[in-house]
Amino acid sequence: MAARPWQNPKASRTIQILEAHAIKKSYGSGESYFEALKGVSLSIAAGESVAIVGKSGSGKSTLMHLLALLDTPDDGRIVVEGTDADSLSATALNKLRNSAFGFVFQQFFMIPNASVLENVVLPLKIAGMPRGRRTERGMDVLRQVEMDDKAGNLATALSGGQKQRMVIARALANEPRIIFADEPTGNLDSATGTVVEDLLFELNERHGITLVIVTHDEELAERCDRRIYLKDGLIVDSAATAVEVRR
Amino acid sequence: MSFAEIVRTAIGNAFRSKLRTTLTVLAIFVGAFTLTLTNGVGTGITNYIDTQVSSLGATDIIMISQASLAEGGAFGQAASGPTEYDPDKAVVAGQMGSQFAALTNTDLAAIRAIGGILSVEPLRIVSPDYIGSEGGKKYEFTVNPSPAGSRVALLAGTGFTDGATPELLLPAAYVEPLGFASPSAAVGATLTIGVSDVFGQKHEVEARVAGVQEDTIFAFGMIISEGLTDALYSAQTAGLPAAAAEIYPMAVARFSPTAGPAQVKEIKAALEAGGYSGRTVADQLGAVNTVINGIVGVLNAFAVIALIAASFGIINTLLMSVQERTREIGLMKAMGMGRSRIFALFTTEAVVIGFLGSAIGSGVAIALGTVISTVLADGPLKDLAGLRVLEFNPVSVVVVILVVMLLAFLSGTLPAARAAKLDPIEALRYE
Repeated sequence: MAARPWQNPKASRTIQILEAHAIKKSYGSGESYFEALKGVSLSIAAGESVAIVGKSGSGKSTLMHLLALLDTPDDGRIVVEGTDADSLSATALNKLRNSAFGFVFQQFFMIPNASVLENVVLPLKIAGMPRGRRTERGMDVLRQVEMDDKAGNLATALSGGQKQRMVIARALANEPRIIFADEPTGNLDSATGTVVEDLLFELNERHGITLVIVTHDEELAERCDRRIYLKDGLIVDSAATAVEVRR
Repeated sequence: MSFAEIVRTAIGNAFRSKLRTTLTVLAIFVGAFTLTLTNGVGTGITNYIDTQVSSLGATDIIMISQASLAEGGAFGQAASGPTEYDPDKAVVAGQMGSQFAALTNTDLAAIRAIGGILSVEPLRIVSPDYIGSEGGKKYEFTVNPSPAGSRVALLAGTGFTDGATPELLLPAAYVEPLGFASPSAAVGATLTIGVSDVFGQKHEVEARVAGVQEDTIFAFGMIISEGLTDALYSAQTAGLPAAAAEIYPMAVARFSPTAGPAQVKEIKAALEAGGYSGRTVADQLGAVNTVINGIVGVLNAFAVIALIAASFGIINTLLMSVQERTREIGLMKAMGMGRSRIFALFTTEAVVIGFLGSAIGSGVAIALGTVISTVLADGPLKDLAGLRVLEFNPVSVVVVILVVMLLAFLSGTLPAARAAKLDPIEALRYE
């Protein structure tokens, strides 16, 4: 059976892969001024699975965007694998996102009119990997999500569950150390949702990939090692799942 | 993403919306097609003129006249106002009613003394009355005033045997009226030329047909040998005192055929200092070329206007593309694609569209132009041997394509900059 993350040699709990120190973020000005994050600090260990839970407007998506370095905080610091994100150039930041992060979004975000394989190898193409190796690696990850028989299909012709599996394969393509998932099962029925969830946790447990899942789905959050509850831009609670409770 | 990868992706992207891309390509096609055709006309006619240089005269000669004649010059050089009348200037009352400030033997000696000039011959204008064959009809004709050394394409015959024999080159149009079955039948025949002197006395001079010339747009009239000119001129000036016979409207000077433009310029400056004006064949051609270049320039301007309109089409197409692919762009940026790469991706797409439009446009223009000029050359323009109305110079075709690609790139910068500026979060949130 799958090893527990902390028993996985790849995942050492002592290394903090992602840290946020008192980050603040606001949008707009005047009447439309809105403070999305009011000073959030957290620390995520390598190999951990963390759920960021909150209602819409709680700032959970903003927090994920900041952690994924898609945006910069107004105040506070974000440290990725010991490096302050502030100190990185735009090019280094792009390179870090490309090589270390994988993204799974609720709305899939695929290239229409392109094949499943072409969609999956997009991060590798951006990284500049030659075509041959790209295809090889793309087929590998498609096999991992049991979609290799659909490689040549048009991405838009897939079912919802298949699309999300394809997106997970895309997130996996560059062998990321962290996968950011924003409501990964939001658009799926519960049966296919469960399949996608299983896939994500399997990656976490087998390969030690750190999972950061933004969700308002309490059941999905329960499956994570740790939950961070956000309300009005502040962490209001956090809880670790006892080993016995975990599946 | 490597450059090759960007080009490949851009080509793929360009064809994602086939109808839109096709329409934009079509707009560029029209501009590039027109530009290639107008350039083709310019090249065709310029080439024709260049090959006709020989019919205007040799390139190592310079036509010299008194400066006042050139000022009111044949090709409308701006005169600096009317020239004051000078009673001491010798004037030739031209047979056609015009007046020329004339050159005398003293002038010829002065010109001969100028460095770089090898020889000077006076240009003797002869105006015979008619030409006719033994017992046949008589026809009016003009003598080509081109100086000796002119070369024309001959339909038959071998040209003058030597300068001294009275010979002529018959224009093709005279072959049949003079009773010859073919150009070759005319060669060797002896024709009679009638000429009157200033007192109205008729004289007849005999001349041999040394060849039949092809019709061209520049060579008009009969080309006659030095010997025939001598014979006609002496008949024409019979009874005149030497002082009246020995004034000439123009003189023809030769310079070294190897002389460069700088040396020609020096000779002209020396002539000007002496109160003369010199025009080389290049000067005469320059005036014709200026007119043709002007016409081609105006046509090109229309084509460029079409291309500018087409470039707005590119901007529009790509802006729609950016709008449609907002999320995709956001995703690529989230996955670490840099701004410059996004910018390159969209400008390359514009360049691909520009290349397609211009390459297809030029290709079709070349194909169509070649057919048209072949049809014209075999049909309506058959008499102008060697004229191909449309000719395509590979360099100028490549330049047209490159210019269109540059224009497309410039059009692509606006949409591309917009794509590069997209905030990934905003883009991913975009509905």
